Amino acid sequence: MQTRRKTIQHSMVVASLLATAGFPQFANAAFNKVGFDAKSIQDAVKAYGGGNISESKDVTVTAPDIAENGAVVPLGASTNLTGVKHMLVLVEKNPSALIAMFHVSDAVDANFLTRAKMGQSSDVYAVAIMADGKALFAKKEVKVTLGGCGG
Amino acid sequence: MADPMRIRAQAAGDKATVRVLMSHEMETGQRKDAAGKTVPAWFIQEVTATHNGKPVMSAEWGPGVSKNPFLQFAVKGAKAGDKIAITWKDNKGDTRTDEATVS
Repeated sequence: MQTRRKTIQHSMVVASLLATAGFPQFANAAFNKVGFDAKSIQDAVKAYGGGNISESKDVTVTAPDIAENGAVVPLGASTNLTGVKHMLVLVEKNPSALIAMFHVSDAVDANFLTRAKMGQSSDVYAVAIMADGKALFAKKEVKVTLGGCGG
Repeated sequence: MADPMRIRAQAAGDKATVRVLMSHEMETGQRKDAAGKTVPAWFIQEVTATHNGKPVMSAEWGPGVSKNPFLQFAVKGAKAGDKIAITWKDNKGDTRTDEATVS
């Protein structure tokens, strides 16, 4: 038979487990949780020390017009500017907008290409955060056709 | 241990283009299995690259990167015969390093 005390103890254990395990994927300390938790482009940029974002033609986002398979969408971010600190690739309507963040050093070009998942048609952003905190972006709309039902 | 990465590094002019194909599930933590249970997140969080042992690039990834991730970047000053090594670490603490020679 279960006593009332035991029931309460049990529910407290469950509650504390839920509290600590809320986001088990972000348990790693070195990982910038704030950036990947951010729901908006601006919040994610702020997490890496960027200021207000402004559109710039010096930044290029590489993305297809139409992605037939939302699970594999080739996305790229590049810029010719010097003094870039971070390059970010973001998908606006994904559950977590930030896809990837690259630390740019003198030894590499600020030109990265990767593949991302996209839940639905959305604007894709490439953001360059400069050493002085300026954040420049370029965006492009990508239509995702899942199962041929149209975007 | 995860499967090895496929790394191609090709020198062109004063830089080398590095293409990496990693083998990883990249679970987002949002999917549900047939029983309705959430599949726990499992994805690569950190990627670092070294050129002849010197760190040149690092990246932080979220669960939004696709399964079996692809990455392309260019290393300045790398020439044929140089070593490019890539290391990734996932959110379960698993890690893997592979090395390739620039051709």
